[in-house]
Amino acid sequence: MTTAISVHNLGKQYKIGAAETKFRYNMLRDVIVDTVSAPVRLAKAMIGKSDRRMNQNYVWALKDVSFDLEEGKVLGIVGRNGAGKSTLLKILSRVTEPTTGTVTVRGRVGSLLEVGTGFHPELTGRENIYMNGAILGMKRAEIDAKFDEIVDFSEVSQFIDTPVKRYSSGMYLRLAFAVAAHLEPEILVVDEVLAVGDAEFQKKCLGKMGDVAQQGRTVLFVSHNMSAILRLTQEAIVLNKGQLIMRAPSQEAVDFYLSSGQSQAGERVWEADEVPAASAPFTPISLKVKEISGKVVDTVRSTEPVTVEFEYKLSSPITGLRVGLYVSTMRGEYVFTSFDTDTPALYEKFDTRDAGHYVSRAELPADLLNEGRYVVGVNASSFGVRRYFMDENALAFNVDISGAPGTQWAEPRVGPVRPRLNWKIERIG
Amino acid sequence: MTQISKSNPHEPHTVYIKPSKGLAALNLRDLLHYRELIFFMVWRDVKVKYKQTLLGMAWAVVQPVMTMLVFTFLFDRVAKLPTEGIPYPVFSFTALLPWGLFVTALNQGSRSLVAHQNMVTKIYFPRLILPTASVFAGMVDFLIAFVILVILMFIYQVAPAWHLLWTLPLFLLLAIITALGVALWLSAINVQYRDVNQALPFLTQFWLFATPVAYSASVISEKWQIVYSLNPMAGVVNGFRWALLGVGNGPDITLWVSVAISVLIFISGLFYFRSMEKTFADTI
Repeated sequence: MTTAISVHNLGKQYKIGAAETKFRYNMLRDVIVDTVSAPVRLAKAMIGKSDRRMNQNYVWALKDVSFDLEEGKVLGIVGRNGAGKSTLLKILSRVTEPTTGTVTVRGRVGSLLEVGTGFHPELTGRENIYMNGAILGMKRAEIDAKFDEIVDFSEVSQFIDTPVKRYSSGMYLRLAFAVAAHLEPEILVVDEVLAVGDAEFQKKCLGKMGDVAQQGRTVLFVSHNMSAILRLTQEAIVLNKGQLIMRAPSQEAVDFYLSSGQSQAGERVWEADEVPAASAPFTPISLKVKEISGKVVDTVRSTEPVTVEFEYKLSSPITGLRVGLYVSTMRGEYVFTSFDTDTPALYEKFDTRDAGHYVSRAELPADLLNEGRYVVGVNASSFGVRRYFMDENALAFNVDISGAPGTQWAEPRVGPVRPRLNWKIERIG
Repeated sequence: MTQISKSNPHEPHTVYIKPSKGLAALNLRDLLHYRELIFFMVWRDVKVKYKQTLLGMAWAVVQPVMTMLVFTFLFDRVAKLPTEGIPYPVFSFTALLPWGLFVTALNQGSRSLVAHQNMVTKIYFPRLILPTASVFAGMVDFLIAFVILVILMFIYQVAPAWHLLWTLPLFLLLAIITALGVALWLSAINVQYRDVNQALPFLTQFWLFATPVAYSASVISEKWQIVYSLNPMAGVVNGFRWALLGVGNGPDITLWVSVAISVLIFISGLFYFRSMEKTFADTI
């Protein structure tokens, strides 16, 4: 077996706070001094001697990461927001340069979900296929050879000579994806966290990824969806705060990831560096699981109601905001999804949420979940407009079923729910 | 930053990614690998430029012709500037050709990286392609305007300087190198400091006055000619008039000063661009 990717002591340092300090003026004097020195600063920056005082804050998005990946293997990458997953992929696909370390990549690196880059709305579907193919590094002859296949796959053959600005967003995505999917790189990187499109489309992407893996090509797969990681990868690495903390068979890595780092039992607090800048004006603060007495707990009783509290701040008003929970099993299968403005009354009352500090509190009724460990994900979005924040693995908690229906028999029950159903037994004959 | 080694064409090539130190090597091999992308970018820019406009390609004619008419009124009828015996419309239009190419290239090229932000932050390709393609996309407008010049010369009965015409591509090359050199500097600076957007209109206006487009370079007194030729576009415009109309002194020391400055801007721009390239995706 040959090595497809060899990563050695990779590190990436970002400057932070440069823009902040630059615009933080306390006195008029500062403003004047700053304005007068601006040309000097520009000149210094141009010759590469950037002002040390200005950008003292550095953060390592990735630090001392080393691993080798053999050709034909599928490697999963898991980690929280800000753990360095996307930075790693960006370095591997040469979008950004590492600060330290080296990477040896054998073959062309293609990225499946950065689709439609370079698409121009005024160009027709046909023209965009050539344009996009060239941007992704395909030769003209290569695009010619695959053109019909791409069109078939995209299902937009009727509109191939129509400017893509007239396409529906679904058609647009299908065409963009079709080009990316036919790039046939030796190494495919998939960042599902950045994935766009509907569930159907995402399913198609994962399907294509599975095909690629079957053909013996190397795949790096980043996802928050643990069941997808388990299904598609044999091995996974866990990143935490820029460092590689584990490499193991997927099941082991996923178990480790889900049960570790959930800082305190039953509670998740987001540090400032874990919140992406793009989530503004929404800032998550904490997520807590509380039992009936109000105590934060890691293990809840299935026979009692449980409160899940999500605390967050809005720095400016958001219209149509809905804050919700995803509850899923350790294997990544969803149990249910619920949003705080699901009921019409709250939906109307909180049409626009003003800036402020909020708690959205949900009560999970008694006799809902079966025995086991569950993962709570949070999501804050305006439907059809924008997703502000999402963390699919915010925290995990255990459900204890003492006293639940059917516990007189010492046997595990299948299925994630354990409802107390209203059984009647009648003798009818 | 990275290098591609390709020993056997059937083998997948190996890419080494490591932090680059100092002035990065120019990595022309990578540029060669992506040469088709330059062609596609130019083709796209040309194709998209006049889409959904009423006049379409006619804009490539209207713009220089209108400028020429305004110049003719102001500088010929009102100010009565000397034109070395050439009818003023032909005299100014000859200069507007390379000037138009230069201004378009400078503006599009300087904004090219920021305009293609989503490409820069998402995929790898040699970033040099963006300003280069923007500069070459202006060539189509140039060729259309060139046809207008031929028509103008026919109308005003101005015979071209046949024996000098072969030097025209060389002056065109000088205009392109100058535009690309400045665009390399400004596009890379623009990634971090959007001041470039603010400075561009001012810069092009100032540059127009410093270039003998509306007037003849002969109005500048002898002792200032060398200082004047520090502007490479002065060399380009004088060269165009000399090659097409046979006026002026032809290549002398001032032209070589212009050429030297132009090459200096281009080479330094290339190295500056390459040294900043590694941080484009992070700072844009």
